[in-house]
Amino acid sequence: MASSFLSIERLTQRYPDGKGGEFTVFENASFGIEKGEFVCILGHSGCGKSTIMNILAGLSDPTSGVIKMDGQAISGPSLDRGVVFQNYSLLPWLTTLKNVTFGVAARFPQWTKQQVTDHSIAFLEKVGLTGDAIYRKPSQLSGGMRQRVSIARAFANEPKLLLLDEPFGALDALTRGTIQDELIKVWSGTDQTVFMITHDIDEAILLADRILLMTNGPNARVAESVEITLPRPRTRTTIVEHPNYYAIRNHLVQFLGERSVLLAGESVGDETHRPETVRIDKTEGAADAEPLLRAVPK
Amino acid sequence: METLSENKKAALLSVLLLLVGLFVWEMSIPAQKTVEALTEYERLTGTGQPKAGVPPPSQVIAKAWEQLSNPFYDAGPNDKGIGIQIGYSIYRVLVGYLLAALIAIPLGFLIGMSRVAHKALNPFIQVLRPISPLAWMPLALFVIQDSEASAIFVIFICSIWPMLINTAFGVAGVREDWVNVARTHELGPLKTAFTVILPAAAPTIVTGMRISIGIAWLVIVAAEMLVGGTGIGYYVWNEWNNLDLTSVIFSILMIGVVGMLLDAALGLLQRRVAYVE
Ligand SMILES: Nc1ncnc2c1ncn2[C@@H]1O[C@H](COP(=O)(O)OP(=O)(O)OP(=O)(O)O)[C@@H](O)[C@H]1O
Ligand SMILES: [Mg+2]
Repeated sequence: MASSFLSIERLTQRYPDGKGGEFTVFENASFGIEKGEFVCILGHSGCGKSTIMNILAGLSDPTSGVIKMDGQAISGPSLDRGVVFQNYSLLPWLTTLKNVTFGVAARFPQWTKQQVTDHSIAFLEKVGLTGDAIYRKPSQLSGGMRQRVSIARAFANEPKLLLLDEPFGALDALTRGTIQDELIKVWSGTDQTVFMITHDIDEAILLADRILLMTNGPNARVAESVEITLPRPRTRTTIVEHPNYYAIRNHLVQFLGERSVLLAGESVGDETHRPETVRIDKTEGAADAEPLLRAVPK
Repeated sequence: METLSENKKAALLSVLLLLVGLFVWEMSIPAQKTVEALTEYERLTGTGQPKAGVPPPSQVIAKAWEQLSNPFYDAGPNDKGIGIQIGYSIYRVLVGYLLAALIAIPLGFLIGMSRVAHKALNPFIQVLRPISPLAWMPLALFVIQDSEASAIFVIFICSIWPMLINTAFGVAGVREDWVNVARTHELGPLKTAFTVILPAAAPTIVTGMRISIGIAWLVIVAAEMLVGGTGIGYYVWNEWNNLDLTSVIFSILMIGVVGMLLDAALGLLQRRVAYVE
């Protein structure tokens, strides 16, 4: 684990509780993410997902602990870590295209204007934005289109790590579906690592290589790391027919429904938390995976 | 009538109101009696003296025509065209105003971005801001020893506050998300200030600039009445001393028109920097 592309080591975040004391969001959380992995994190509201993400982005500092990317401890924000914010965070005075070129020009300062524009247009195309829409201001776009711009802006910068905080939280189911497909399309074929927060179990199963499960806070823990043993490319309609699908889904539902509360932590002092790896594989020839199914209530 | 657009109806109504107003004004001014028509009693008591009455609009319009057809003549210190006088006033307003902007906007940035700077400077702003700009005039005249520069200083001091306060307010209110966008793109402080904070705060800043130019134009008239010499304020006062009420009314109207144009220019800028979230 120590050699992971991204390793989170003994991360602790405490905040003042407003009554003179302090409360612990999470304590000594440790986990790793491999290069090129797509990792989703699931957990109830308030357990500290956004807090972890902001620390990974370098936008806020943890109370203690270190994050290493490529073996280097990170400090502060960097162009190597792109962020897609939940509320899109487009600059409303710039056109769609300028919102993307703004980032690209910062990332590749040696490029000519033309290169920057071409590159940006190419990425906007990948998320389905073409024509005169790219010359409009964000206020003239629909919520779905705005989120596409935000994704294009992040990917166009070709960061090593992409952080997405509930990128589809505000979108309707249909739009969600299309943009999820676009996200996968842009991500596959790159060696980019993605870390995404979501509330949606099906979205997580569709997109992720691995799902991290968090228990409820305070003193939340990243309790499990569930491997999504579904072959790619995946589509919404085919994955449900795979034998592993319901087993994985049930496991996740069980966790969020019951065990996230049961496991809700107390302060553990100096102990380091590592998530338990859960591999669910019901396909033939995977019977030896049975012992790992102990976490699945029968 | 139903086929007319809202704008046309409004324009028509405006013209109508103007005509009615002018007509009532014209009618309400009694025709001045000629000396021969005065009764002996009136002549003795002097009540019938041909005094300077309020002129009818027709006279004002004639004056306006005369003045505006040759606005830039210069026949000595007390007889300059209206264009020259207004030119002096605009020049003073712009110099004082631009100097104020040069200081208010960067300082407002500082106050908006740093809570310490805000807390340190706020007491000074709160005390200095309510002072009537004309109250500075004697001090300015004494220290600067130059009436021209003193007038500019008064403009400077009155236009600095709205710009300063609005800039600080706008900068402090820039959404954290946008600043985070700048941070995740590793923009330096200067780049962040110009590409994110300035455009984000621009509508608020320009609103402050618009308030300032309005105040500056109000104050320049009073300031020029005090310092004298040139300018539209001096012109009004001078014509009053000459009992030329026609010129007084004409210049009052000119003050209104120029003020409106200055405001419209800033209004244009305001529309250019506006954005919808
Ligand atoms: N700046 C802060 N000061 C104090 N407490 C904070 C601060 N930021 C977050 N918290 C607290 O930390 C906890 C975790 O917050 P966080 O935003 O990470 O939750 P989350 O898992 O992202 O929730 P959601 O799914 O609703 O977005 C919450 O209890 C929240 O109240
Ligand atoms: Mg959150």
